[in-house]
Amino acid sequence: MAHTDPRLHALAARRWRIAIWLSIFMLVAYYAFILLVAFDKPLLGTVLAEGLTLGILLGALVIVFAWILTLIYVGWANSSYDRDLAQLRR
Amino acid sequence: MGGETNIEAIIFFFLFVSFTLGVTYWAARRTKTAEHFYAAGRSITGFQNGLALAGDYMSAASFLGIAGLVALNGFDGLIYSTGWLVGWPIILFLIAEPLRNLGKYTFTDVVAYRLQQKPVRLASSIGTMAVVLTYLIAQMVGSGTLIKLLFGLDYTVAVIIVGAVMMTYVLFGGMIATTWVQVIKACLLLGGASIMALIVLSKFGFNPLNLFAKAAEMNGQRVLEPGTKVVTGAWDAVSLGLALMFGTAGLPHVLMRFYTVPDAKAARVSVMWATIWIGSFYLITFILGFGAMVLVGQQEILAVGGGGNMAAPILAQVIAGNIFFGFICAVAFATILAVVAGLTLAGAGALSHDLWVNVIRGGHAPEREQLVVARLSSVILGVGAVILGIVFQGQNVAYMVGLTFSIAASANFPALIMSVFWRRFTTWGAVSSIMFGTFGTLLLIYLGPTIQIDLLGPKAAAAGSAPDVVASAQAAIEAHAAHVTSQWWYFPLKNPCLFTMTGSFLIGIIVSLLAPERAAEDGFAEVERRALLGEPTPTAAE
Repeated sequence: MAHTDPRLHALAARRWRIAIWLSIFMLVAYYAFILLVAFDKPLLGTVLAEGLTLGILLGALVIVFAWILTLIYVGWANSSYDRDLAQLRR
Repeated sequence: MGGETNIEAIIFFFLFVSFTLGVTYWAARRTKTAEHFYAAGRSITGFQNGLALAGDYMSAASFLGIAGLVALNGFDGLIYSTGWLVGWPIILFLIAEPLRNLGKYTFTDVVAYRLQQKPVRLASSIGTMAVVLTYLIAQMVGSGTLIKLLFGLDYTVAVIIVGAVMMTYVLFGGMIATTWVQVIKACLLLGGASIMALIVLSKFGFNPLNLFAKAAEMNGQRVLEPGTKVVTGAWDAVSLGLALMFGTAGLPHVLMRFYTVPDAKAARVSVMWATIWIGSFYLITFILGFGAMVLVGQQEILAVGGGGNMAAPILAQVIAGNIFFGFICAVAFATILAVVAGLTLAGAGALSHDLWVNVIRGGHAPEREQLVVARLSSVILGVGAVILGIVFQGQNVAYMVGLTFSIAASANFPALIMSVFWRRFTTWGAVSSIMFGTFGTLLLIYLGPTIQIDLLGPKAAAAGSAPDVVASAQAAIEAHAAHVTSQWWYFPLKNPCLFTMTGSFLIGIIVSLLAPERAAEDGFAEVERRALLGEPTPTAAE
């Protein structure tokens, strides 16, 4: 069994790092929301506008944040990562 | 309304079934090999698979259940919606591409890639079947109850219809039919729910805040605030969050979908679309829940029965009349059918591809035999699903969905992650991690409040010797709870995922470090290469 190509190893490490960081961002955002629900219900009940509480805003923002992280990853992978992969394949 | 024969709904449902059976006939003629049966010949595009993934995930539980939860509790429904969505970016970042590149038909292919096939496949099939069966029970029982409410059909008849139609899809059309049924259903569900949300919003100047304000005016500000029911304690919240987030990344029927696309890039694109559809769907459902709260009213929703599940269909009837009500009911039925078909296919993958072909036949079975065994497994699972649905009739199965996600997060997700990313992971590390995840979760749920208090409490009270049953029932339940919670074996969390998932990771790591496996470590270079590049290309100089 041949040893791993160092360029491939470096690319795998880079992908892994980006994946971990994006996952951590998602985890932190979601847990910030859930722990506020668990620990500080009055804060989430703060009325920001007629019909809008902080809780509803943050909940919707968690969903939007998930979309943003998804698009960041797909944007990176479709351009930079796929290009590096194509070079490795050659 | 609820429980009466619903002609419009039956007509719409009949149209859906006829059309999808037509699709199945078309698909059946294209299903010639095991690759067609399990992976739709890898011919699905990223966009189509994104819709199918969303279809697999938007079950009747999330459509009717979350709409009902929001209609009755307001804000709290959002806690589940966010939890169910945030698992998807995790699948994208950590799972989708390596899974597509390393596996063939099931996620077990990836776990077993560089490990000893038989023990790992055996363990992983147990984890898969535990998830598939608990989810099937929840879906079948839910379907029988719902269809009784929606269509006025008898419970047993409903369960048998679901089982028969679903089995037809899977048996003849395999993954090709199942995928297209999911795509059609996802479009109907997203379309129907969007039209409803638009009609609701049109009554409030197209501003959701006006709707929320009206809800608060009618039912008090509390509907816009976190309640006390959904998240009780901080540890329960953390544990539930883990199960929702990582459970999604361990659902066999979701993971299996990544093999239907041609390459890793298409897998990536499909998760992106799935995340967009599912997120939109949850935002729409939130609007529908509030719409039902305001336009139908909480008392009216409760009066129909079904614990809030009828909120969305009744809303359809109130805002757009009987025909639209029938359409939404039929979509809900179609949703159940499609999800059950996906689950059955995933279970068939474990039974035939992992157990029969790779454990019993040592990885060498002729193509024809693989297809026959796969179809036989689908029949066994289909019949099993109907029997389970009938056996569990009338049981409270709400906890089953939580159980499913906990097992998926504890048994499947850790083994999958470690096999792809950790060089020193071993066969016995994988086996012990999966076994602990499966049986640890089952045991702790059994010893926890869900079973011991919520389920057994009323039974213990009913069996008690109290003479004046009605007056003392509540007291007996409380006495039972007090007795149980003081026992040494009592596990205080509703959701054990915090312990079982971290435990699965720890056990996998400890066992792997105690007994290193040279062959597995040597195989890692190949895993790393193939996780990135996919199947070896003929020109590769190796």
